[in-house]
Amino acid sequence: MHFGPHLLLAALEGLVTSAVLALTALGLSLVFGVMRVVNVAHGEFFMLGAVLAWAISTAISDHPALGFLAALVLAPLIVGLIALVAERLVLRRLNYNPEATIVATIGMLYIIQQLALTFYGPEARPVEAPFSYRILLPWFGYSGYKLSIIAASAFLLIATWLVLTRTKIGLVMRATQYDRETAQAFGIPVERVYAGVFAFGAMLAAVAAVLIVPISQAHYLMGQDPLLLSFIVVIIGGLGSLRGTVVAAVLIGLSDGIISVFFSPTLAKIIATLLVAMVLVFRPQGLFGTSSR
Amino acid sequence: MMPLLTTKGLSRNFGGLRAVDGVDFALMPGEIRAVIGPNGAGKTTFVSLVSGRIQPSSGMIVFDGADITSLPAYARVRLGVAYTFQITSVFANLTAYDNVALPVQRTLTDGRSKGAVHAGVMAALERTGLADRAHMQAGHLSYGHQRLLEVAMGLALKPRLLILDEPTQGLADSEIDNFIGLVREIANSATVLLIEHNMPVVMQLADRITVFNAGRILAEGTPEQIRANAEVQDAYLGATHG
Amino acid sequence: MSEASPAKAYALHLGVIALLFALSFVLPAYHHGLLARIMVLAVFAMGYNMLFGYVGLLSLGHAMFFSAGLYGAGLTVYHFGWSVPAAFAAGLACGALLALAIGLLALRTSGVAFMIVTMMFAQVFYLVILYFAAWTGGDQGLVVPQPARILVLGSASLDLTNPTVRYMSALALFSIVLLVTLAIVRSRYGRVLVAIRENEGRTKMLGYDTFSNKLAAVVVSGAICAASGAAYALLFGYVGSSFASVQYSILPLLWVLLGGIATTLGPLIGTLFMYYVVDVTSGYTSAYLLIVGIALILLVLFFPKGILGTIRQRWLGWLP
Repeated sequence: MHFGPHLLLAALEGLVTSAVLALTALGLSLVFGVMRVVNVAHGEFFMLGAVLAWAISTAISDHPALGFLAALVLAPLIVGLIALVAERLVLRRLNYNPEATIVATIGMLYIIQQLALTFYGPEARPVEAPFSYRILLPWFGYSGYKLSIIAASAFLLIATWLVLTRTKIGLVMRATQYDRETAQAFGIPVERVYAGVFAFGAMLAAVAAVLIVPISQAHYLMGQDPLLLSFIVVIIGGLGSLRGTVVAAVLIGLSDGIISVFFSPTLAKIIATLLVAMVLVFRPQGLFGTSSR
Repeated sequence: MMPLLTTKGLSRNFGGLRAVDGVDFALMPGEIRAVIGPNGAGKTTFVSLVSGRIQPSSGMIVFDGADITSLPAYARVRLGVAYTFQITSVFANLTAYDNVALPVQRTLTDGRSKGAVHAGVMAALERTGLADRAHMQAGHLSYGHQRLLEVAMGLALKPRLLILDEPTQGLADSEIDNFIGLVREIANSATVLLIEHNMPVVMQLADRITVFNAGRILAEGTPEQIRANAEVQDAYLGATHG
Repeated sequence: MSEASPAKAYALHLGVIALLFALSFVLPAYHHGLLARIMVLAVFAMGYNMLFGYVGLLSLGHAMFFSAGLYGAGLTVYHFGWSVPAAFAAGLACGALLALAIGLLALRTSGVAFMIVTMMFAQVFYLVILYFAAWTGGDQGLVVPQPARILVLGSASLDLTNPTVRYMSALALFSIVLLVTLAIVRSRYGRVLVAIRENEGRTKMLGYDTFSNKLAAVVVSGAICAASGAAYALLFGYVGSSFASVQYSILPLLWVLLGGIATTLGPLIGTLFMYYVVDVTSGYTSAYLLIVGIALILLVLFFPKGILGTIRQRWLGWLP
């Protein structure tokens, strides 16, 4: 294959990564933006989504599309419910103290991971894609399912954006994000908003995982990389900014796809992580955020 | 005589608001200077600029002949500019002793002996009448005592310029009388810049008064001159006493 | 922190050291070996506590300082055949220099950003170890051969693979670091660190250059953790990338939380307790991380002061 088609393939792969990453990172970003909680267990909600997708699609094995659709609906709901319980039992009792919640979500990470290992096991298991149509390009064939991931992600991102900017729910969330005390004084049920945001953030990660699992298999350690990449995206995009998150996800997804085609993935990760740490040190508002001063 | 502190064209903007707007100010050594003005006049911003807690948008600050405009706050403290906070901010979880030991141990140049720290701490606590409460946690002291502790910490820095930001706020009348005596005593060894709302305190203590309004200096003079100034009456005195 | 009761505090610490010394002669072999390991890792926890407990800076990247010491000592022995003291010094120097560099960068941030930045630098360090697998052994790690682990002192030579020598070396390191920590937290410098933890802005207004003070604390903390790592490589003979993973940044946090934040003996108690909990429960379940996770959550929820912190609050106010 020549350089051009090679690059196109890398870019397509990068876009698929971006699509999944944008959803996952948006969940992390919302939770941080509204609640000021850094959810270290976010990657485990992603992993749970994938593992549940496997369990659900295996239970409903009449037709791959049926099983997958059921997983797409049920897995995020279950994950959202788990997140809701965790929020209720742990984060709320800590009064959302930023540092205590980090320690607590680290604890959640270990618990979820170990429970997945105990009940799901150490194997990586595939989930069948709902359809297997291949789009034939002049140089190579490309999975139609992968392209549908990009479409699904774009749809969900736009829907979230509309909810955040055009509805009363979005207004209430932004008010809470802006000033918790004042919001409370104006009768906004801050605790319910927090619970909802935390569950919704986890659900976004779970949806992303269900979408990706037909092409990458479910495994109990699969939450680690999305967590790190989501951090990177959220930091570069500017904490709590939806547009920045999407732009950064595309940027990171594409460069990750392209770099790892041409370079060692370890080296790519080293450079990316170092760059992001430097962004956080020297430009903490993110590359696209505006300075608060 | 050369002023201890001068500012030239000192300004600070917050967004579109000019909190401090081109202030030229001079303070003579040994003075007790009161800064008064209505809320939002820029008094606290002004002394924060002098102490280095915030950076000016433009202008210049000279202390004892040296340009300190770009010095960080801690370096200004080392030159002798001490600031006591408007909102009491003693170290609530440390004992009163440790609160005062922090400034004492830094100003000791001979340095090494524990005895010197102890003597310095107890001296500052005795001057403010807190010696018998040395081993209480600062957070457990009464509000008035916390304010005195704040002053003791300022004193322990052995400042040449002591900035007191609303020191009598929340004190009982009897405590205020003691406080006036304390400031007079401090003024024997340091220049005092005092932000104060309580006019009787200002009139009793100040050698000169500077009146701020809307980020600028409206008037400056002796207490008698300020009392007689019609503009000041309109802007400020009338508002609080009328 | 008050200047009273120094004798009591020193007596307690010397008593703990004497107890650990005596235990060497009565413990059965298994526990003897475990305790040696715990003492070395307690040094790691003490280094972490220096920064987290006394300065209030919560780092999620201290595995990099531990493994800087581990690899600094391990690789110089393995590849260049350096002597034990030289390798130990190399490990210590690596940790201190790394801490200086990281401190200069990470201390520009605070709070949550500090936690994430330190975690990311540690991740870079971990990936670098994997990337240079030809030198570091990658995720397989390296085993330092026994002949390289003999400490030659004049005409005498001490075999660090001998259990008693190993125990006593671990105890020596532990005792030195414990007494140094005690001296630091009781010193004027310790008082400044606590002041920064309580209210950094106020500390600045007392004329302290808080950045330099924090930087010094990062370097001291990093150096102590590196000492622990270097000792681990030389005493237990294994150097592996898992010690640089994020898990080993979380463990000292857990040990310190459990034992008691900002207590000098808390790190030992926390490490000891956690090790034995895992040891006992591993008879029933292999899911040791599950216990770590539950312990973390229960601690922050119900027991934020830890074991010694609670004892100090309730009964023994003079505990350092």
